[in-house]
Amino acid sequence: MTEVTHMNLLQAVNNGLDTAMAADEKVICLGEDIGQFGGVFRATSNLKEKYGHLRCFNTPLTEQGIAGFAIGLAAQGCIAVAEIQFADYIFPAFDQIVNEAAKFRYRSGDEFNCGGLTIRAPYGGGIDGGLYHSQSPEAYFCHTPGLKVVIPSNAYQAKGLLLAAIRDPDPVIFFEPKAIYRASVGEVPNEDYELELGVAEVMQQGSDITLLGWGAQMIQIGKAAKLAAAEGISCEIIDLRTLLPWDRGTVVDSVNKTGRLLISHEAPLTGGFSGEIAATIQEHCFLNLEAPIARVTGLDTPFPLIQEKQYLPDYSKIYEAIKANLAY
Amino acid sequence: MTVKSSQICAPIFIDGSALKISTLRLLNADGSLVDDLQAPDITEDMAGKIYSDMVYTRILDQRMLRAQRQGRLSFYLTCTGEEASVVGTAAAFSADDMIMGQYREQAALRCRGFTTEQFMHQLLSNASDLGKGRQMPIHYGSRELNFMTISSPLATQIPQAAGYAYGQKLAGNNACTLCYFGDGAASEGDFHAGLNMAAVLKSPVVFVARNNGYAISTPSAEQYAGDGIAPRGIGYGIKTIRVDGNDILAVYAAASEARAIAVKEQCPVLIETMSYRLGAHSTSDDPSGYRSHEEEEEWRQRDPINRMKNWLIKKNWWDESRDEQLQNKFHDEILHELKLAEKCPKPPLADIIDDVYKVPPEHLIEQLKSLQTHVAKYPDNYRTHGDGCQ
Repeated sequence: MTEVTHMNLLQAVNNGLDTAMAADEKVICLGEDIGQFGGVFRATSNLKEKYGHLRCFNTPLTEQGIAGFAIGLAAQGCIAVAEIQFADYIFPAFDQIVNEAAKFRYRSGDEFNCGGLTIRAPYGGGIDGGLYHSQSPEAYFCHTPGLKVVIPSNAYQAKGLLLAAIRDPDPVIFFEPKAIYRASVGEVPNEDYELELGVAEVMQQGSDITLLGWGAQMIQIGKAAKLAAAEGISCEIIDLRTLLPWDRGTVVDSVNKTGRLLISHEAPLTGGFSGEIAATIQEHCFLNLEAPIARVTGLDTPFPLIQEKQYLPDYSKIYEAIKANLAY
Repeated sequence: MTVKSSQICAPIFIDGSALKISTLRLLNADGSLVDDLQAPDITEDMAGKIYSDMVYTRILDQRMLRAQRQGRLSFYLTCTGEEASVVGTAAAFSADDMIMGQYREQAALRCRGFTTEQFMHQLLSNASDLGKGRQMPIHYGSRELNFMTISSPLATQIPQAAGYAYGQKLAGNNACTLCYFGDGAASEGDFHAGLNMAAVLKSPVVFVARNNGYAISTPSAEQYAGDGIAPRGIGYGIKTIRVDGNDILAVYAAASEARAIAVKEQCPVLIETMSYRLGAHSTSDDPSGYRSHEEEEEWRQRDPINRMKNWLIKKNWWDESRDEQLQNKFHDEILHELKLAEKCPKPPLADIIDDVYKVPPEHLIEQLKSLQTHVAKYPDNYRTHGDGCQ
């Protein structure tokens, strides 16, 4: 029987990094404050002590430098796992990620690649972070061919998806839902395991409507589904887990069964990744849809501090949208 | 234009540590002048104002740190240990000069006349906060006081300061820009872009690199391999000086001269102030994980406020009893304003879509309406601390 340890999402990330570094000495962790301090959230605790300063080190404070350096490391054959302290601060690295990492293999005809690159960044709201410690920038990266984008929603997923991301032959952006770093607790196998990228997880079977999300939003979706269940509405819940490339088949099958789809994310509505999913699903499930695809998202504003609660697409908004969709 | 360079006849490299920058220091810890030098031209009134602003900032920081620990603020970040670097520079500038800070320069804002009430409204995200409660505590800004609103992303203000100052040059009104950042931010690409552009385009901007030894947990030894930030200014062709950032007279003398150069010669200047972040990076940080109490204690002995106080007392411009009175006055004022501000209303929900654009587009108005309907249906889910108080 597999041995498991009760741990939170943050510890699962740490455990995943530890597992990857123990299994392959080519795995290198780098980022701001990740050395002795173990990162501002402590995701890299004890890794420097265990694997030495050459394999786990502080970088100067430059996101573009971190991304570029990690791409170079990966091109050389190392497995580079770079941390960007907050997803809100990934933008100075945008050029390196979007123009370099994403196109490294394609532009060289596969003469060179930086597939050993994984960039981790805590993302999302719920911590009184205001404009610059709350953003969900996944859609920018989902618009970039050549990248993979992965977001876990619990401790078990965090370790398995992170290990798969680190070992994936393509560059992966791995966003971690920091609001539930400590709140999300579960049993995590001690052994080395991977959860396949590009595969969604059906968290709950249901027949009336499909609820789709990722990351911390799965908690709000779960709460809304419970409220709906009390009213006799049966929700199927899907955690997308990988946004690029996303698991179209699982979502299409579910929507063909339920006839309804609600997608929820914290990022703003306009240009959010739910728009891409909605377009694809209406194309594949048009004749089975009983109502327009619903989107419950953040507002099309920057992320405000004082109105954070109102801004967020919480369970009550999802619950209302479920009822409206059923009543359509 | 090509660089005129003398020739060498063998591959002789210049060592990476060849350029060593000296540090300006005028004041000893006991308040005496180094080698009996002349103090910079500073009146008793100006000295008193500078000292008062430093003390105010120290007390504001202590009080707000405690308020954060008591759960009255969501976040705070102190300037403790760096008051001389900030007040000493800000005081040397004119009210027309723009200040573009990083986030640890509340002392400069105090210097400009930001009131305790204004500090409290921002820290508590009140309706009267000039930033409408949208940003985390300590992200101040004031058009009236020419203090650009703080943005959390590091170093973004540096190229912006170069551009702002270029606009001031074109306006021809002899104003300049004072731009602050830390030793960590100086590693960002924006630092290099900003200094180079300011130098090439001859922007009247004074850059102040507050070298406080740490970027969160990362010590300067892991931040850069060269001799601090100052040599980089010279690399970009910028007049540069390094000062003891805990020496108010050195900082003020350097900043006064820097402003004169920037305005008269219409060019950038770089000042590196060598100091120490005595507190944590912020209330989210615990320095015991990365540095020793001994190290902190060593720097506490070089406290810039004590050093200035000793000098003031030696000049017979100050005494301990007035010092105590001043501290008590600030304590009482800050506590009083905090309590008042805690009873103030929060910004209205409709504010949420304002200022995204000059005029809210249709889709935002629709989103607000739908949000208002929802909040009215679930009022308990959206209570904000301070709601209902007037």
